Amino acid sequence: MGWLLAAAALVTVAALLGVVYRPLGEYMAWVYTSPRDWAVERVLYRLVGVDPRGGQSWRAYLRAVLAFSAVGLVALYLLQRLQHRLPYSLGLAAPSPDLSFNTAASFVANTNWQSYAPERTVGYPVQMAGLGVQNFLSAAVGMAVAIALVRGFAHRRSGTIGNFWTDLVRGTVRILLPAAALCSVVLLAGGVVQNFAGFTHVTDLAGGGQSIPGGPVASQEAIKMLGTNGGGFFNANSAHPFENPSPWTNLFEIFLLLVIPFALPRTFGSIVRDHRLGYAILAAMAVLFVLSFTLMTAFEFAGGGTAPTLAGGAMEGKEQRFGVVGSTLFATATTGTSGGAANSTHGSYTALGGLVAMLNMLLGEVSPGGVGAGLYTILVMAIIAVFLTGLLLGRAPTVLGKRVGVREIKLASLFILVMPTLALVGMAVSLAVPAVHEQIVNDSMGNPGAHGVSEVMYAFISAAINNGSSFAGLNADTPWLNTTLGVTILLGRFVPIALVLALAGSLAAQDRIPATSLALPVHRPQFVGLLVGIIIFVSLPTFFPILTLGPLAEGLR
Amino acid sequence: MTISVRRLRRGAGHGRLPELWRPVLVLLAAALRKLDPRVQLTNPVLLLVWCGAALTTAVAIAEPFVGGPTMSGGGRLPSSFSWAVASWLWLTVLFANVAESAAEARGRTQTATLRRMPDGTMTRRVENYDPKTDAAATHAAPTDVSSAELRPGDVVIVAAGEVVPGDGEIVWGIASVDESAITGESAPVIRAAGGDRSALTGGTRVVSDRIVVRITAPRGRTLVDHMIDLAEGARRQKTPNELALSTLLASLSLSFVIMALTLNAIASPVTHAVPITVLVALLTCLLPTTIAALLSVTGIAAMYGLLRRNVLLTSARALEPAGEVTTVLLDKTGTITRGNRRATRFISLAGATDDEFRHAAVLASLGDPTPEGVSTIELARREGIDAPAVPADPGQAVPFSAKTRMSGRNMPDGTRLRKGAQSAVLAWLKETGTQQTRRVVTQLTEQTSAIARSGGTPLVVAVKPAAGPGRILGVIHLKDVVKDGVPARLARLRALGIRTVMVTGDNPLTAAAIAQEAGVDDYLGDATPEDKLALIRREQAAGHFVAMSGDGINDAPALAQADVGVAMNTATMAAKEAATMVVLDDDPTRLIEIVQIGRKQMATRGALTTFSIANDLVKYIAIVPALFVGVFPGLAALNLMRLHSPASAVLSTVIFNAVVIGVLIPLAMLGVPYRMANLSAALSRNLLIYGFGGIAVPLVGIKIIDVLVGLLPGY
Repeated sequence: MGWLLAAAALVTVAALLGVVYRPLGEYMAWVYTSPRDWAVERVLYRLVGVDPRGGQSWRAYLRAVLAFSAVGLVALYLLQRLQHRLPYSLGLAAPSPDLSFNTAASFVANTNWQSYAPERTVGYPVQMAGLGVQNFLSAAVGMAVAIALVRGFAHRRSGTIGNFWTDLVRGTVRILLPAAALCSVVLLAGGVVQNFAGFTHVTDLAGGGQSIPGGPVASQEAIKMLGTNGGGFFNANSAHPFENPSPWTNLFEIFLLLVIPFALPRTFGSIVRDHRLGYAILAAMAVLFVLSFTLMTAFEFAGGGTAPTLAGGAMEGKEQRFGVVGSTLFATATTGTSGGAANSTHGSYTALGGLVAMLNMLLGEVSPGGVGAGLYTILVMAIIAVFLTGLLLGRAPTVLGKRVGVREIKLASLFILVMPTLALVGMAVSLAVPAVHEQIVNDSMGNPGAHGVSEVMYAFISAAINNGSSFAGLNADTPWLNTTLGVTILLGRFVPIALVLALAGSLAAQDRIPATSLALPVHRPQFVGLLVGIIIFVSLPTFFPILTLGPLAEGLR
Repeated sequence: MTISVRRLRRGAGHGRLPELWRPVLVLLAAALRKLDPRVQLTNPVLLLVWCGAALTTAVAIAEPFVGGPTMSGGGRLPSSFSWAVASWLWLTVLFANVAESAAEARGRTQTATLRRMPDGTMTRRVENYDPKTDAAATHAAPTDVSSAELRPGDVVIVAAGEVVPGDGEIVWGIASVDESAITGESAPVIRAAGGDRSALTGGTRVVSDRIVVRITAPRGRTLVDHMIDLAEGARRQKTPNELALSTLLASLSLSFVIMALTLNAIASPVTHAVPITVLVALLTCLLPTTIAALLSVTGIAAMYGLLRRNVLLTSARALEPAGEVTTVLLDKTGTITRGNRRATRFISLAGATDDEFRHAAVLASLGDPTPEGVSTIELARREGIDAPAVPADPGQAVPFSAKTRMSGRNMPDGTRLRKGAQSAVLAWLKETGTQQTRRVVTQLTEQTSAIARSGGTPLVVAVKPAAGPGRILGVIHLKDVVKDGVPARLARLRALGIRTVMVTGDNPLTAAAIAQEAGVDDYLGDATPEDKLALIRREQAAGHFVAMSGDGINDAPALAQADVGVAMNTATMAAKEAATMVVLDDDPTRLIEIVQIGRKQMATRGALTTFSIANDLVKYIAIVPALFVGVFPGLAALNLMRLHSPASAVLSTVIFNAVVIGVLIPLAMLGVPYRMANLSAALSRNLLIYGFGGIAVPLVGIKIIDVLVGLLPGY
C-alpha cells in the first residue's frame, strides 16, 4: 500500500514535470536569447545605467555577479539591523550582527539557511523587501550563471558570454515574477494564508492563551519553492499548515521546487541546438532522484521500533497529513535541489533515511539541483565524464564541438574541490578549536553522540552546497556558527560561480567544431551511467569516512 | 639518461653476476635511485605516498618510546603494524619506479642498436669548404677529427665503407647507403645531393662512392638521440591529455588529503583519534596511485612501440594527436601507387595486326630503361611474344628526349619505330611526310581519350618503313598500379573510423580512377602545395584531426599545419623539421600504425583510470569500517568482505594497493586491446571490463591477502 502510494506520488509529480518540460524549457531559452527588450526592462536598464546589448567577457560577467550580490548582501544586512525602526515590524527587535550577517549571506546565496525562527525574529519589511526580494534575485543570479555557461557551449570564438544585467532582469521579469504570481494564486486557492494581520491572540478551550502569527505567506511561499530558496515564513517551514495546508498543496510545492531545474536541460539543448546531451543530463538527474527517493522511502518504511510498525513507517517528525511518502518525496526534492524547504524534520528521520538526505547534497545537488546551480554543476560533471569517455575510447575529448582541454579540466577539478574543502575544513576547525568544541558539543548539539555529529555535519554540508535545510536539533544561532556558516555559504556560492564563468569564457573562446560522425557517444545510456558514476565518485569517497561517524554509526547498530 | 646506458655497459665488463640476474639488479638499482624525492616532484600523487612512507617510518621508529599504536576504538594493533605499513608504502613507491624503469629498459634494448655507432669515430672534416670552386672537395686538405667534435654546419667527406658521423645533408655526390642500422632494411638505398633524397642519418654506412656531407646534427643530438632523450624522461614533457588527467588526479588526491587531515577533528566528539599510521594507510589507498604510477609507463611504451615500427617522434607531444587523427592525407605516388606507369594493355588500330603491333612495341622499348619500356616488354612476353624471337639489339635505340617527347629505335633496314604521346607521334609522322587521315586520327583519339578517362596514359606506337608512308600501329595503355596490400590497409584505416584522402599532382581523371581502385574515401587531383595546405585547413575547420605524410621541401608548410606531420627519412631537412614524426624505413603506410598506437595509448590510460577509480570503491569498503568499528560495532555490517581484523583490513588494502601496480605493469606496457569501430559498443565494453573488473579484482585480491596476513601473529 505504502509503495503504491509512493509510486502514485512520484508518477503524479513526474507527469506534471513532463507536461511543462518542453514549453517551459523552450520559453526560458527564448527569454535568454530573444533580441527584444520589454518596456519595463528598458526602464530598469536605464535606471541602473547599463547597456543591455553589450556582451561581457567572463571576467566582466563575474564582476557584475559579485558586485550585484555584494550590494544585496549589504542591503539585506542593514535592513535587518534597522528592523526596529521600520513600520510593520511587529515590534520585533533587530537580530544580532552575526545572525544578520548569516541570514544576509544565506539569502543572497540562494541558500536560505535560517539560524532563527522567522515568525519571532523578522517582521514584514525584512520578510518582503529583504528576504522576499532576494528569493527572486538570488534565483535569477543562479539561472544567469547557468545560461552563461550554456552560452559558452553555444558561442564560437567569442570573447563574451552574454550580459549579466540582461540575464538577471529577464530571468526575474519574464520567468520568476509571472510564475510566482500565478503559483501564489494557486496556493491561495489551496488554503495558504495571505494577510498583514500580525499576531492573532486566541484563548483556547482550556483557557490558555495562544498567539497565532499571520502574514503575506502565499506570495512568499511560491517563490520560496520556485526559486529553490527554502527560507520559510514560519520556523516550521512547509510543515506549517499556513504554508502547506494539504496533501495536494504538498505535491504542488514539490512540483514547484523541481519544475525550473528539471526544465533547464531543455533550455540548454535549445540554446546549443542539440538536445541529445540535454536528454542525457535530464536522465542522469532523474536517475539520481528516483534512486534517492526509493532509498529514503524504503528506510523510512522500514524504520524499526514499535511505534513505526504501528504507524506503518517512521512517523516521528513527519506531519500526519503528508505521511511517510509525502515527506520523503518532499525531502528528496528539497535536498536534491538547493531547496532547503522542509515539510518534516530531517533530523528525526531514521539514521539511514537522514543519510540519503545528506547524500543528495553531497552529490553536489544535481538531482536536479538548484535553479541554475543544478545545471551548471552537472555540466561541470559532464565535462569530466566526457574527458574520461575520450580517454576510454582513445579519442579527442570533445563535446558539442568543444574540446575538453587542460584549462577546462583544471577548472572542473577546482570546482569539485570547493564543496568538500569548505564542508570538511569548516567542520574540522569548529570541532578542533577547544572553546568552540565545548560550546558545540555541550550547547549547540541537540543530541549526544553520533546523532549530534550528524547535526553538525549536516549544517556544514548544507551551507557549503548552499542547500539551507537543516537536521534540526542543532542550535546554530551562536556567533561562531553564524559567522563560519555564513562565510561557508558565501564561498560555497561564489567560488564555484567564478570557476563556472571562467569555464564559460574558455569554452566560448573556442571555435565550435561541426558535429562529425566521429563525435563521442555522449548521449547514450552508457554515458548517463558514466555521468552518474562520476557524480557519485567525485564527492562521496571524501565524505564516506565521516559518514561512518554520524548517520552510518547510528544506522548500523 | 645516457649515463645509465654507460653504466649498464660498464656493469657488463665486470662479468661476475650471472647474466640472468644482471638486468633485474640494474632495474632495481634504477628504481632505488628514483626513491630520491626530487625525482617524485613531477608526480604529486607518488610524492604524497613518499611523504606518507617517510612519516610512517618516523612513527614506527618513535613507537618504542611513546607507546604502541592503538585503534581509535581502543583495540591494540600488533607491534609490527607500523613497520609493516611503512615497508609496504615504500614498496608502493618502489613498484611505481620499477614500472617506469622497466619501460625505459625495455625501450633501451631497442634503441641500443640505434646507438651502436662507436664513440669517437674518426672522420675527415673539410675546413673552409667552398661549394663554388671545389664542390667535390677534391683539392681540400681534410683534417681528421673525432665525430664527437663535429658541430652543425661542418662539412665532412664520407667515402665507401665509412660511417656517417651524424645527421646531415649531402652537398655533393651520390652514394648508396646501408641504413640497416636504423631501418633494419638490408638493401642499400641511393642518396644524392640536391632534391628530395639528400638527407643522411648518423650511424648509417656508405657502401659505394664518395660524398661530401654537411652535418646538421652531430652525434648526441641526432634525431635518434633526441628521441631516446624524449623517451627516457630527460626531456619528457607532459602532453595536454596527460596534463589534464594529472590535474584531475591531483584534485581528487587533494580532496582525500583534506579528508585525512580533518577526520580526527570531526571524530573528536565521539571517539579518540585515529593513529597516524592508519590515516596514512587510508590516504594512500584512496589516492589514484595505480594510474599515477603507470601514466608515464604508457607514454614510454607507446614511444618505443613506434620506434619498433621505425617511427621516430620529434616531440613527446606528437603521439597524442596521432590517436585523435580522423583524416589521413596520403600522397598518391609512392604511397598508394608504385609511382610509375606500367603497360597493361595493347590496343592495335585498324590496319595493323595484334602481333605486328606488339612486335613493334617491343622493339621500340628494347633500349628503354624506364618503367614504361620495361613493363611493355614484360606485358608483351606475358601475351605470348617470344622474347628470343626479337633480335637481341638490332639497330640503334633512340632515347627519350624532352624535345621530341618520344623514344624508339632505328632498325638496320631503315625502318624507324617511335612511341610517345599522341600529339608528339602525329607531329613526327607529319614531319616524315605522312599526314594521317581524319578517320585514323578519329579512331586514335577515341582510344586515347578512353584510356585517359579511365585514369591511364596512352602511349602511341608508330612505324615509318624505309620506304612508304608511316602509320600508326596502336596504343599502349599505361596505368599507375596500386601497390599490393594498399586497399587492405586503407580498409583497416576505414575500420578505425578514419577518412583517407589521396593527394596527387595528376589530373583529376587519373586521380579518380586510382582513388576508386585503391579505395580511398576522397581525392584531390592537380594538387599544388598550396592546395594541400588549404585542404588540411579545411579538414581541420570541419573538426577533423589531420595526419599527412610528405617528403618534399614543398610539403613542409602542409606538414607543419597538419596535426600529425609524418616525414619520410629521405625527406629534406625542412620537411623533417616541420614534421612531428619521421618514418625511418620510408614506408608511408606506417601512418596506420601511428594512429593505432596513439589510440591505444589513450585507451590504456582511460582503462587504467577507470580501473583505478573503481578499485577505490572496494578499498573503501575494506578500510573505512575498520577505522571506527571499535567505537561503533555496528559498522561491522559494512565489512562486506568479512576481513578478519581491523589491523589486517588496513594492511591487506595497503599491500593490495602496492601489488596491483606491479600486476598492471604489463598491461600498461603492452596497452589494452584496441578495436573500436563502434564507439558506443566500445564504451560499454570498456566500462564493463575496467569498471566492473576494477571492482572484482580488489574484492578477490584483498580477501586473499587478508587470509595470508591472518597467518601472521597478532593480526
